[in-house]
Amino acid sequence: MSLATAADCSQPDQSTLGGTVSIETIVKRYGAHSAVAGVDLEVARGEFVALLGPSGSGKTTLLMMIAGFEQPSEGAVRINGTDVSWLPPHRRDIGMVFQKYALFPHMTILDNVAFPLRMRGQAASTRRRDAIEALQLVGLDGMEKRLPGQLSGGQQQRVALARAIVFRPPVLLMDEPLGALDKKLRERMQIEIKRLQVSLGATVIYVTHDQEEALTMADRIAVMNQGRLEQVGTPIQLYEKPANAFVAGFIGETNLLEAAVLGASMGTCTLRLKDGSLVEATRASEAASTINRVVRIAVRPERIELRVAGEGRLPGVVEEIIYAGATLIYFVRAENVGTLTVRVPVQSPGLRPARGDRISLSWDASHALAY
Amino acid sequence: MAAAENIPQPSRRISWFSMGNSKGFPPALAALMLAPLVLGLLIAFVQPVGQLLGTSLWHPDFTLGEYQRIAATPLYFRIIARTFILAASVTAIALLLGYPVALFLARLSGRRLTLATACIMLPLWTSVLVRSYAWIVILQRNGLLNTFLEWLGVIDAPLPLLYNQLAVVVAMTHVLLPYMILPIWAALRTMPRDLPLAAGSLGANGPRTFWHVVLPLSLPGVASGVLMVFILALGFYVTPALVGGAGTLMLATLIGQQTIELLNWPFAGALATVLLVATLVLVAAFNRFLGLDRKGAA
Repeated sequence: MSLATAADCSQPDQSTLGGTVSIETIVKRYGAHSAVAGVDLEVARGEFVALLGPSGSGKTTLLMMIAGFEQPSEGAVRINGTDVSWLPPHRRDIGMVFQKYALFPHMTILDNVAFPLRMRGQAASTRRRDAIEALQLVGLDGMEKRLPGQLSGGQQQRVALARAIVFRPPVLLMDEPLGALDKKLRERMQIEIKRLQVSLGATVIYVTHDQEEALTMADRIAVMNQGRLEQVGTPIQLYEKPANAFVAGFIGETNLLEAAVLGASMGTCTLRLKDGSLVEATRASEAASTINRVVRIAVRPERIELRVAGEGRLPGVVEEIIYAGATLIYFVRAENVGTLTVRVPVQSPGLRPARGDRISLSWDASHALAY
Repeated sequence: MAAAENIPQPSRRISWFSMGNSKGFPPALAALMLAPLVLGLLIAFVQPVGQLLGTSLWHPDFTLGEYQRIAATPLYFRIIARTFILAASVTAIALLLGYPVALFLARLSGRRLTLATACIMLPLWTSVLVRSYAWIVILQRNGLLNTFLEWLGVIDAPLPLLYNQLAVVVAMTHVLLPYMILPIWAALRTMPRDLPLAAGSLGANGPRTFWHVVLPLSLPGVASGVLMVFILALGFYVTPALVGGAGTLMLATLIGQQTIELLNWPFAGALATVLLVATLVLVAAFNRFLGLDRKGAA
């Protein structure tokens, strides 16, 4: 992709690419079931927001309401401040990239990319110029005369991207656009899309169920579950300070342990695990300062230390060791508590127990969150 | 042997009866599987048609007399022209009526789809004879339609609705409509749902989405529907014979008369040949202009 020229090309007609989107307490009901149950979200100019959630969390329904394919039961969608909730899709001026490309198979690549310009009544000559320019942006110049069926999956998705940005929409929606590609190509496309978005200053709302994809690409991630937003924040905020156990479990790997609150002090609390061990954690919810409440502790695998038996807080037996290149993964069985995952960098100087060894685990209270 | 070489495999030891690759059957197995059909067609189609063609040219010596008779008699030319015009009208009306139905069907799912499918298929499973007689019941002098119109007071005396070209066109369109709907429906159904959505998001309203995306992608289905209905209509025998009159004699009925009543096999053979050649020419032309085999909806 020729990104340097790309940015230059887009300078002359300072586009509308990069508008704002506000979603105001939007609800979508199907009968008694709410697919989206009251979501508020502000997307700033040029921001890349990922809607992340398991399937059925309502993220696609939310996207469809922004695009105009679904009407909200309540609430509103504003683009650049204008309420578009009741406009049909073709009058919203939104660029959309679909998971299965949705290229028109009977049109050439050029005609596909020029289609939105043709629908806007642009003259054939400028249509052609703009379409070729958009194809250059995604690194597909020279393919104009081909049919979509003659291109690879990755190339087709680039054409779909060119088609979605050629008319400079204020916002670009992407519905799991890389879901149909293999892992290697997906990772390359993630970086290319991100670079293109930054260079064009485009506002992007990107639906995915792949948390790694969201972490790689998004400025902010909105985690959805059962029709609601669980948390909206930067990748670092979500990873380091997940707002609740769902987010902690959904973003990255996490050990979730049940424990009863014994006492609370400044910011931290002491808890008793099911095997009787006492551990410390940071209070991350009201429940964690209520004595005797059963809460959940979330600890990342890389935050757990392996200690000689008796030295740590939680005793356990090494069940399995996996060599994963840069890290070693230990599965440690703790009586009545469950199996914990521990990640240790291969080069680290710490303890290296063997399978079946009795050891103990510990962590810094600031790295364990109690909900 | 040449066919076996086509299998793009490094190994040359592919058995003629084992799967060469995932994409196709080995040639011998394919031939074996096709054999019953080919044999059936040879016995039931190629041989009789060939014999009929032969009879029209050799009885017993070679002559073009039968063809000269067709060319020299304006009546026969009129019948051939009428047959093609009727078939074309039926095809056009079936397309106009059938396309919206197919479009509607393509949007259904679940129980409604089952019900709608049954409504389309049920007439197909009913005998053509029954369906043609049904039109006689409706259109005859004291039939349903005339009685109804008289009851309404729209007309004083029964209209001559039956035994004319209109009756033939109406009844044939009804009988052949499913053959138009089904291929169009199939083409529309295989079109990804994303495509109209994408067109919408790119700025196309309903009619423009239809014109630029849905219609072009359904053309292969339209082409097969049109071809199927037109060819079936050209050779249609039962319905025109029942609901048509003296002024609506069509080629198939004429051939029937020549073979069954007049036992003039050479002349019937000549007529059949004319029909066959005309049909083949039309199919070829159609194929050429609409590109039936090129434009897949894939």
